[in-house]
Amino acid sequence: MRIGVITFPGSLDDRDAQRAVRLAGAEPVALWHGSHDLEGVDALILPGGFSYGDYLRCGAIASLSPIMTEVVSAANAGMPVLGICNGFQMLTEAHLLEGGLIRNDHGSFICRDQVLTVENTSTDWTSGFDAGQQITIPLKNGEGGFIADADTLDRLEGEGRVVFRYVDVNPNGSMRDIAGITNARGNVVGLMPHPEHAVEPGFGPDTAAAMRSGIDGLAFFTSVIKTSLVEA
Amino acid sequence: MPTIVVDVMPKAELLDPQGKAVAGALARTGHAGFASVRIGKRFELTVDGPVDDALRANVQQIAEEILSNSVIEDVVNIDFGDESPEA
Repeated sequence: MRIGVITFPGSLDDRDAQRAVRLAGAEPVALWHGSHDLEGVDALILPGGFSYGDYLRCGAIASLSPIMTEVVSAANAGMPVLGICNGFQMLTEAHLLEGGLIRNDHGSFICRDQVLTVENTSTDWTSGFDAGQQITIPLKNGEGGFIADADTLDRLEGEGRVVFRYVDVNPNGSMRDIAGITNARGNVVGLMPHPEHAVEPGFGPDTAAAMRSGIDGLAFFTSVIKTSLVEA
Repeated sequence: MPTIVVDVMPKAELLDPQGKAVAGALARTGHAGFASVRIGKRFELTVDGPVDDALRANVQQIAEEILSNSVIEDVVNIDFGDESPEA
């Protein structure tokens, strides 16, 4: 399986996402924001970072990139798309996911190992988790407060489209503790925390077993590989 | 050259953490009497031709679709720099 990782001006975690794809057993393909060519990949990742310096709104200018025309078409045709942090912000700006992300309610940038509940295990990116499983992956954002109007929030919850919720601590003022959501089809997933930083023992969050041994993020990438094998 | 001004504000019902931080600073420095502060954005679009109906429609669209995000913000004013009705 070939998974494209799109680099935008100001992307920071594109290389980390490529590494996560490789560790999960797929081939990462570096894609460029200024191109219209998805190079025949089977899935897409929009990585974290600060595209265009967060000018205008987080993810807003990147969402107008040439390659985003192809990303929207591919997503609507069912291709798995994962947006992490700034990538999640781009997916909302591109209207592939509802809601928006605003500045953390406490006004500060936050970086911590964050516990999440996986509430939806039927998406292309979460099928390898158990329903209700708690995972720990890094979170690092300044503008991660998820917001939407009450009707949209009710609809997301009613349709089971809240994929991840913050546990113990709501780190950024997100409404209803929402950390990540999916589209109706379950192929597009966006979340603020960073699964790609918890994929290799020695470089992940601390666990009860050992320091930096957490690899809870790996199942995002193995899930999508399994999905592609089932569909192939 | 004519300049068109577009004003965008965070939605009234949403928390504005920037405004809240400024309100805190005002209170700390002895400027009492301000119930709240909200921070928005002002865009100045300088055009190199006449401001006609087509351009007005274009600016209206840009304001709603690019300069603002209707999920989190409202376009509160568009000033075309003349006496015409404002959006």
